[in-house]
Amino acid sequence: MSILKVENVSKNFGSTKVLKDIGFTLEAGDVLAIIGSSGSGKTTLLRCLNFLETPDSGKFYLDDELLYDAGEHKKLTDKELRAKRINFGLVFQQFNLFPQYNVLDNVTLAPRLRAKEEPDYKKNKKEINAQIEANAKDILERVGLSQKLKNYPCELSGGQQQRVSIARALALEPKILFFDEPTSALDPELTGEILKVIRKLADEHVTMVIVTHEMAFARDVANKVIFMSDGVIAEEGSPEDIFTNPKNPRTKQFLQRALENP
Amino acid sequence: MNFQTVVEQFPTVFASLNVGFLQTLKLFFITLLGAIPLGLVISFGSMSRFKPLSALVRVIVWIFRGTPLMLQIMIIYFFPGLVFHNNIWGSGENGRFIASCVSFIINYACYFSEIYRGGIQGVPIGQQEAGLVLGMSKSQIFFRVTLMQMIKRIVPPMSNEIITLVKDTSLARIIALQEIIWAGQAFLKGSQGISGQIWPLFFTGVYYLVFSGILTLLFGRLEKKLSYFKV
Repeated sequence: MSILKVENVSKNFGSTKVLKDIGFTLEAGDVLAIIGSSGSGKTTLLRCLNFLETPDSGKFYLDDELLYDAGEHKKLTDKELRAKRINFGLVFQQFNLFPQYNVLDNVTLAPRLRAKEEPDYKKNKKEINAQIEANAKDILERVGLSQKLKNYPCELSGGQQQRVSIARALALEPKILFFDEPTSALDPELTGEILKVIRKLADEHVTMVIVTHEMAFARDVANKVIFMSDGVIAEEGSPEDIFTNPKNPRTKQFLQRALENP
Repeated sequence: MNFQTVVEQFPTVFASLNVGFLQTLKLFFITLLGAIPLGLVISFGSMSRFKPLSALVRVIVWIFRGTPLMLQIMIIYFFPGLVFHNNIWGSGENGRFIASCVSFIINYACYFSEIYRGGIQGVPIGQQEAGLVLGMSKSQIFFRVTLMQMIKRIVPPMSNEIITLVKDTSLARIIALQEIIWAGQAFLKGSQGISGQIWPLFFTGVYYLVFSGILTLLFGRLEKKLSYFKV
């Protein structure tokens, strides 16, 4: 049984084919690293999977059940799309924390709003919100930020902001957590703390898909690697397959360049 | 002009200027009350994806921002009466006041709309996307995420415009609205036994200074209140 199966995802921007017939599967607890040069379609794939872009075609299955069919997209109401969305979490390259809320409120905002829409919210308001807050504090402790609950994003380093945004995504208990180049906006000395958090999540068997330029990290933390090139999956396999024994000449070339200019 | 006469004239002048200033204040607050929401409507119009609408709205905004407010007041006040022989504004001070309010509201709404547009478009798209992937609805994203960031962005330019409005109200003098400049000028020509006096006009400046000073302080405090976060 696979937790996620992606089939035939294609996406064009105008006449440019950004994704051509992408498909892959993910088992629960998998950590998938997607590598490839800029413009290969990695980020677009991630954005399609999180419904920030609408693919022209393709189907996603979650736990072997059809979650989304691009052909039926127009029939979806906003509410249905929102319900599909929260199965997945996304951590952005630019963090995108809400600047007007402190760390704790950034993490609790979405769960609170979601709880409010539940029918029995009014009756158990206090307990529900206390539960949400306790849960958020728990998660923030896991990412090492329990000392910063009342700080605002502008008072935090880039690495701390990114850890908040990971906590914010985790608070909704997504089945799969996606990362879009989570360390690319950070100074090199700050990337380590993010990689450590992701490593820890991997050890806790959180299913993750990570688009990254950190080859050493991808090799170390992922159990599956996809190499994308020109909108197609050029090669996929275990980290050993891809990094030590790449078969596709494009993979070889990419890895060689990545190693020369890390 | 000697100090003795000023002291003698002061009660009369002060009372008269207060009446004028009340009219100034009324024009000021009614303009804000009308222009703040109308500006929002205009800004949505100028950002509309329906091209003919956004083009039309932008031309209107261009006209009202590109011509003097004094001219607009004159045209809006005189045009219906002179061209259609129908003074829709009504006669007397009341008619002048309504025409002034309409001119000021439209003019200021156009300025405000551009400020709002900058505020709305200035919020990074990533904020909206973050809200979406967290499963928020569009209205939740607007009210819980982007609105506050917009407000923070528009407070400094809005305070500039609003302080300008304090002084711009005097332009209604052109159609003889009995605001504070009109009241001060009356003692130059002669009114209530006082004539040829320039000091009442100087004194009107004190009202503007005090009022704009208070607004500057208030907006300063509001900006400080919003300084706990950066956008």
